[in-house]
Amino acid sequence: MLLIYCPYCEEERSELEFRNAGDAHIVRPTNIAEISDEEFEEFFFLRQNPKGLIFERWRHIHGCGRFFNAARDTVSDRFYTTYKAGEPKPDVAAILKGEQDKGAAR
Amino acid sequence: MRKYSVFAVAREALRGHKGWGPQWASPEPRKDYDVIIIGGGGHGLGAAYYLAKEHGITNVAVLEKGWIGGGNTGRNTTIIRSNYLYEESMDIYEHSLKLWENLSQDLNYNVMYSPRGVMMLSHNIHDQQSFKRHINANRLYGIDNEWLTPEQAKAYCPPLDIAKNARYPINGAALQRRGGTARHDAVAWGYARGASDRGVHIIQNCEVTGIRRDETGKVTGVDTNRGFIGAKKIGVSAAGHSSVLMEMADVRVPLQSQPLQALVSEPLKPMFPCVVMSNSVHAYISQSDKGELVIGAGTDQYNSYSQTGGLQIITHTLDAICELFPMFRRVKMMRQWGGIVDVTQDRSPIQGITPVPGLFLNAGWGTGGFKATPGSANLFAHLIARGEPHRLAAGLTLDRFRTGRLIDEAAAAAVAH
Repeated sequence: MLLIYCPYCEEERSELEFRNAGDAHIVRPTNIAEISDEEFEEFFFLRQNPKGLIFERWRHIHGCGRFFNAARDTVSDRFYTTYKAGEPKPDVAAILKGEQDKGAAR
Repeated sequence: MRKYSVFAVAREALRGHKGWGPQWASPEPRKDYDVIIIGGGGHGLGAAYYLAKEHGITNVAVLEKGWIGGGNTGRNTTIIRSNYLYEESMDIYEHSLKLWENLSQDLNYNVMYSPRGVMMLSHNIHDQQSFKRHINANRLYGIDNEWLTPEQAKAYCPPLDIAKNARYPINGAALQRRGGTARHDAVAWGYARGASDRGVHIIQNCEVTGIRRDETGKVTGVDTNRGFIGAKKIGVSAAGHSSVLMEMADVRVPLQSQPLQALVSEPLKPMFPCVVMSNSVHAYISQSDKGELVIGAGTDQYNSYSQTGGLQIITHTLDAICELFPMFRRVKMMRQWGGIVDVTQDRSPIQGITPVPGLFLNAGWGTGGFKATPGSANLFAHLIARGEPHRLAAGLTLDRFRTGRLIDEAAAAAVAH
């Protein structure tokens, strides 16, 4: 079971309290009635499925109830970071480098 | 290939079993092939077998990253049935079921197909209506499926608790008598042996790292950890890794890879006569010929390639198993594992051409690919050989997510299946 840090509650809680909500940073087209079938397929059906770094939405459904985003590794299932909805994609390379530096300083 | 028979067993028994030999060859890869199939599971090996047997294409290689049958083919709960709702699904799963019935004879390899019946439990009025709709659709299409009362269900599967005050009360069940199980490893090995005998190269420990194309966009071969291997046609049949491979050819596919777990108990004496599934409480159970209870759980909720999953998922399933079959409450579980399943948005598979000439896709079998192995392999071989889908798989196209012709088994079953 995953342990997930909710950026709103500022607390790490068990996966049981959360619901995964798929790919993050997908913007619904404002002209949804006018877009082509290809664009609709892209928006509605095509999702990232990377082996490695994924940006995904989670909802703290049995907690604060709010949606937030996470950067996670899909091979190790390790969370790099979680961040509030609306915030830009975090720089995961910088996070990893920061951890490495901290490790070296110890 | 030496034919397996009772005489072969008797002969070897007298010779101390020294004459058996390997079941398939492990050749060095050639520089190029007519067809390369990526993925040495049941679907990929079967496709190679049928390419050689039915279409006369023998200059074929099956490239497998690990060992054959080591992915989802060796990780599933081996349930076989064809009682799906939509015609597109019934076509391919029934085609598969008919091949299962003679597969051991066809391959000269005992795949231990056992039509012991698959019973799906109904717990509420919604289940009942949905199952009866399935039964009617199946029977109109010539597929066996019948409705059982709770008492009839209990008679068919005595360990079942049908008490009115049970935690998950049972108001009936749908039974497909021709459904059942088979030995998953034997399916991979049998197809590998049959394909190898017809000249197909089975190359294990060979991971594809790139798909090369010429200036017209047509495929020319694959880069692997054993160097470049040329191919006129490439079939991708790589289950959870299908989208990773398709990305190498710049094709985005509507697939999500998720862990699906299963577990087995300690071996017990034979006491569970059929396969029981409960979609509503998410539990699938049968007893293997070794005596283990084979139990399937649901998928984890997030994308992952980790081949493991959360303990809460299997706990949830075992909760349901213990309620449905109180006699299993003190059984010990022996092993648990996960596989990575590729799930489409409508929970129906994708088998068809892709935007890249010469590249064919067989994917999206999600949580139910094992039952489809012979049928899918047979029709995938047809697709690769002819360049266009067989009539029975014509609806499973990749572009249905653009045209809107979905095969919405997801809504029909309300759960993964």
